[in-house]
Amino acid sequence: MNRWIWVKKTFKKIHIYLKKFSLYRIKHVDSGSRETKTHELVRRFLYNKSAVFGLALILILVFMAIFADFIAPNEPNPSPPELENSLQPGFWDENGAEGKPLGTDMLGRCVLSRIVYGARISLSVGFVAVGIATALGVTIGVLAGYFGRWVDSILMRGVDIIFSFPALLLAIVIVATIGQGLDKAMIAIGIVYSPQMARIMRGSVLYIKEMEYIEAQKAIGSSNTRIIFRHVLPNSLSPVIVYGTLLMASAILDAAALGFLGLGAQPPTPEWGAMLSESRFYIVSGAWWAATFPGIAIIFAVLGLNLLGDGLRDILDPRLKT
Amino acid sequence: MILYITKRLLQLIPVILGVTIIAFSLIQIAPGDPARTMLGQHATQKEINEIRDRYGLDEPIIVQYGIWLSGVIRGDLGRSIITNDLVVNEISSRFPNTIELTIAAMIFAILIGGVAGIISASKQYSITDYTVMGVALFGISMPVFWLGIILMMVFGVILGWLPIGGRIDLFIPYQRITGFMVLDSIITFNLPALVSSIKHLILPAVALGTIPMAMIARVTRSSMLEVLRQDFIRTERAKGLSERAVIYKHAVRNAMVPVVTVIGLNFGLLLAGAILTETVFSWPGLGRLVVEAVYERDYPLVVGCILIFAIIFVIVNLITDILYTYIDPRIKYE
Repeated sequence: MNRWIWVKKTFKKIHIYLKKFSLYRIKHVDSGSRETKTHELVRRFLYNKSAVFGLALILILVFMAIFADFIAPNEPNPSPPELENSLQPGFWDENGAEGKPLGTDMLGRCVLSRIVYGARISLSVGFVAVGIATALGVTIGVLAGYFGRWVDSILMRGVDIIFSFPALLLAIVIVATIGQGLDKAMIAIGIVYSPQMARIMRGSVLYIKEMEYIEAQKAIGSSNTRIIFRHVLPNSLSPVIVYGTLLMASAILDAAALGFLGLGAQPPTPEWGAMLSESRFYIVSGAWWAATFPGIAIIFAVLGLNLLGDGLRDILDPRLKT
Repeated sequence: MILYITKRLLQLIPVILGVTIIAFSLIQIAPGDPARTMLGQHATQKEINEIRDRYGLDEPIIVQYGIWLSGVIRGDLGRSIITNDLVVNEISSRFPNTIELTIAAMIFAILIGGVAGIISASKQYSITDYTVMGVALFGISMPVFWLGIILMMVFGVILGWLPIGGRIDLFIPYQRITGFMVLDSIITFNLPALVSSIKHLILPAVALGTIPMAMIARVTRSSMLEVLRQDFIRTERAKGLSERAVIYKHAVRNAMVPVVTVIGLNFGLLLAGAILTETVFSWPGLGRLVVEAVYERDYPLVVGCILIFAIIFVIVNLITDILYTYIDPRIKYE
C-alpha cells in the first residue's frame, strides 16, 4: 500500500509544479511577461495530451530498460533452463506459475522478465539504427541541398533507387548479404532509412539556403564549411528530431520483423520479435500468452514514439503538419 | 496524357538500371566466390569453371554486369541453387498468390478504411469518431506478424472458423490456369475450390490490410475534414442538398487525392508486410519465397525476387502518379 501513496504524492507534486508555471493552459499566459523559447515549447508540448501520453510510454520503457535488473522478477535466460516450468499460464490462471505474472515460454523462461530485458534491445536498436540513418541521411541531404546542381542530381538519383525497394525487403537483402544478427540488423535498418532522412534534410536545407542570414554569411566571405556547420545544420535540427522520432518507431517495428524472421536478434536474446517467432507454434496447444505479450510491448513502444513524434512535429515544425 | 505517361516510363529506366546494379552487387558482395555462390557448396570444379565461362567471371566487373544484365532482359535469371529449377519459373508460380493476397488486403483496407474515415469525419468529435481514430492509432502501431498470429489464434484455433495457414485444402482438386486460385476456381466452376481458397485468403488479407486500413482511415478523415470546411460545401448545404449527397457526391470526390497518395505509398508497405504475413500463414507467395531463399543462401533466387519486388513497386508508384492527374485534373502533367 505504501508504494501507491508515494506514487500519488509524486503525481500531486508534478501537478502543483505544472500549475505554478501555468503549463496546463495557454490562456493563462500573461501577454505582458516575456516567455523564454524553451518555456514556450515545453508549455505547448504539455498542452498536447497525446504527445505527453506518448512521452510517458517511452519514459516507462526507458526506465524498464535501464533498471531491468531490478524490475524483472526472474532471470531472462536462466541456466540451466527450467524445462519443467514450460508454457505455464500467468496470474489469470489458478494454476499459474508462481512469481511469473505473465506465464512462461516453451523453455520455462519468465515472459515478463524477457519483455523487460527486451526493452533494452528494442530501444537501443531504435537509437542506433536511427543514428546511422541520421548520420548518412543528413550528410547526403545537406550536400545535395546546399551544393545543388550535379551533386544534387547524382545523390538524389541514388536515393530514388533505394526508395524503389520496400524498406523491409532491402533490409532483409542487406542482412542476407552481410550476415545475420542484431548488430547487422541495426546497420541494415540504418542504411534503409537513410534516404528518407536525406530527402527531409534536403528539403529543409533548400529552404534555409534562401534565407537572408545565409546570404549575409556569404557576403562576408564565410567558407561553405562554416556556413553548413554554424548556420545550416543548427537551423534544420527540428525536422531531424521530428522524423528521427517517427523513424525510430518504424525502426523498432522492422527490427522486430527481422527478429521474427530469424534474421535479426538470435536466440536466446530476449528480443520481442524473436520471442514472438519462437512461441507462435505453441498457440495451437493453447499457450497464447508467450506470443501475445511481446507483441503488446512492441505496440506500446511504437505507439509511444508515434504519438511523441506527432506531438513534436506540431510544436517544432508547424509547416510539416498534414 | 500519353506524352506524360511516356515521359514517366522513360524516367523509370535509370531507376530500374540502378535497381539491377544493386541486385548485381549483392552477388558480388556476398562472401565467397560468385560462381560458388551461384551453384552452392556442393558444386564440382567442372561446373564452377562452366559457370565462370558462361557468366564471364574472369572478365572485368563491368563486362560481367553487361553479360548478367543482357541475361536478365531476356528473362534468364539463372537457376535456383536448391531446386535447380529456373528462377523465372519459381517466381511465376508464386507470383499470382502474392498478388491475390495484396489485392484482397487492399480491397479490405480501402473499403473499411475509407468508410470509417468518411463516417468519422462526418461525425467529428462523436464517440464513433473517437473510437475509429483510437482503433486506427493502434492499427498503425501494430506489427503485422503479431496481428496475424492473434487472428490465427482467435479465428483459427479458438473459434475454428477459418484455416490457420496454406493456400487451399490439399484434398480439393484444383486446375491451374492463370495461377490466381480464386479466378481459376470461377473459370472452371469449381465451387469447393473457390470456397476453400477464399476461406484461406480471409485471415492473411485482414492481417495484411489492417495497417493500410488504419492509415487510409486517418488520411480520409483529415482530408474530408479539410474539404468539408470549404465554401462550395457550405453553398451546397445552403441550397438544400441532403447531407448524404453533400458528403458522398461532392466531398468524397474532392477528398480523394491524398487518399490515393496514401494507397500508393502503402503498396510498398503491403509488399513488405506480405513477406511477414506469408511467413505467419505459410502462404506460398513471393514473400515466403524470398525469405526461404535468404535462409538457404539461394542467391540467384534472392536476386530474382528482389528485382521483381522492386519492379512491381516502381510500377505501382507510377500508376499512383498517373491516377492523381485522373482524379484531380488541376494537377498538371509535368
